[in-house]
Amino acid sequence: MPLQTPPLRGIHDERGAKFTEFGGWDMPVEFDSIRTEHAAVREDAGIFDVSHMGQIHVTGPDATALMQRLTTNDVSELAIGDSQYATITDEDGTIIDDTVIYRLPNEDNGSPVDTSSVAESDGNDLEGEPTYLFVPNAGTDEATHQRWIDYRNEWDLEATVDNRTDEYAMFAVQGPNAVELVADVTDDPVTDLSRFEATNATIDGVDCWIARTGYTGEDGFELIVPETEAESIWAQFDCQPCGLGARDTLRIEAGLLLAGQDFDHESDPRTPYEAGIGFTVDLETEFIGRDALAQVKADGLEEQLVGFELIDRGVPRHGYDITNTESRVIGTVTSGTMSPTLEQALGLGYVPVEYAEPGTTLQVVVRGQSKKARVEPLPFIETQ
Amino acid sequence: MSFDIPEDRQYLESHEWAHETDGIVRVGISDFAQDELGDVVFVELPDEGDSVTQNEEFGVVESIKAVSDLYAPVSGEVVAVNEDLFNAPELVNEDPFGEGWMLEIDPDDDLEELLSAGEYEDQIA
Repeated sequence: MPLQTPPLRGIHDERGAKFTEFGGWDMPVEFDSIRTEHAAVREDAGIFDVSHMGQIHVTGPDATALMQRLTTNDVSELAIGDSQYATITDEDGTIIDDTVIYRLPNEDNGSPVDTSSVAESDGNDLEGEPTYLFVPNAGTDEATHQRWIDYRNEWDLEATVDNRTDEYAMFAVQGPNAVELVADVTDDPVTDLSRFEATNATIDGVDCWIARTGYTGEDGFELIVPETEAESIWAQFDCQPCGLGARDTLRIEAGLLLAGQDFDHESDPRTPYEAGIGFTVDLETEFIGRDALAQVKADGLEEQLVGFELIDRGVPRHGYDITNTESRVIGTVTSGTMSPTLEQALGLGYVPVEYAEPGTTLQVVVRGQSKKARVEPLPFIETQ
Repeated sequence: MSFDIPEDRQYLESHEWAHETDGIVRVGISDFAQDELGDVVFVELPDEGDSVTQNEEFGVVESIKAVSDLYAPVSGEVVAVNEDLFNAPELVNEDPFGEGWMLEIDPDDDLEELLSAGEYEDQIA
């Protein structure tokens, strides 16, 4: 199957980017060097093309009910312009995907980016039909769209579910100077947004959806823009272009999960509690997997995700064994890297809870050799 | 993108270079290889006195994004290891044919089987 290409594939290529396959997309992995791009985001600002992320739009009288029953968090808490991190779980409570859900202005025309500014409303306009946009991970948009359609039909709910992944590009502008950069290119009051708040804003005459969210541990915004205008919006930002390589090192330092790696519904199913994102679960709501997760919460965990630092020289990588100090295999590294900020080899992995306390000594088997490691609190760095 | 390919040395298909001076073969990885790897963060090398075998692994170079085995261009005894790389692996990126060298080998054979600069250039073209 041919790879999907982001709208700016050609622009990135001209810029000298290297590309990698990710979730069925041909995405820039590196523009200059991971170290350079990583440092730009920690110290200044960087822009990422994350158009591989899905965009699914849900509206209609039962949109809230549908979202509530298919995601673990409480969408009824969302005022217009709010967003929340949530998981999509199976009946057994294991994570199928993680996602950010945006509550859009109530509109009947269905577009998240050509509506009037949220700032002009009172932020809680309950007229019209509730409208949501949520962002599943790369390559999962079609299956997720189908899941929403299937359950909508099964439950006989009235909601329109559109997969708009192909219609939009998505960029992330991240770093201590990112807010200023975004504020400079729009007249809309984006600096007023709190973390996880979003709004319509006009950039270069184009209506965009701008959220104060990100995946780097830094302040900044994620922008959802019409695919046809992607090039002009991208060109507005005079900062370091960054690829998926730096995105990975940044998110590991921030202790953020990567779908398909830190949880994988097929090969390593995990509950949100095991994955350290129990805060996405609201057991007061009814959703698929709720009863299983209530049971997990009552019974307590057997394993959980930990962060660790490698004390001996080496780099932990996805799939390496984690052992206890008696060399008994107790877990697997799910993510690992050499942290450009801390200049320290860091990893994430699942271990039995008795090994999860920060300060616990573990070992990671790096190409047959046991390397000493120590459990560290997450995130590894201070984050926004 | 063009890469530096000094003509005074020979190459392996696996992107190591070999440069013989006074009967000792110095070994590193090519400019192309360091560029493909990206930021090198770790180098694992044999000890002085170890033996290496032509076309077999002698160590590992790791960048932030990838792990890559290193292959010996000749068989022989390791007579020097660039220990600077343990604290400054980025030398492999900055100066792959100079300060970023990895090993010196007292070879059992000559370098005849290796690629010339031109042949290597054709390979990476």
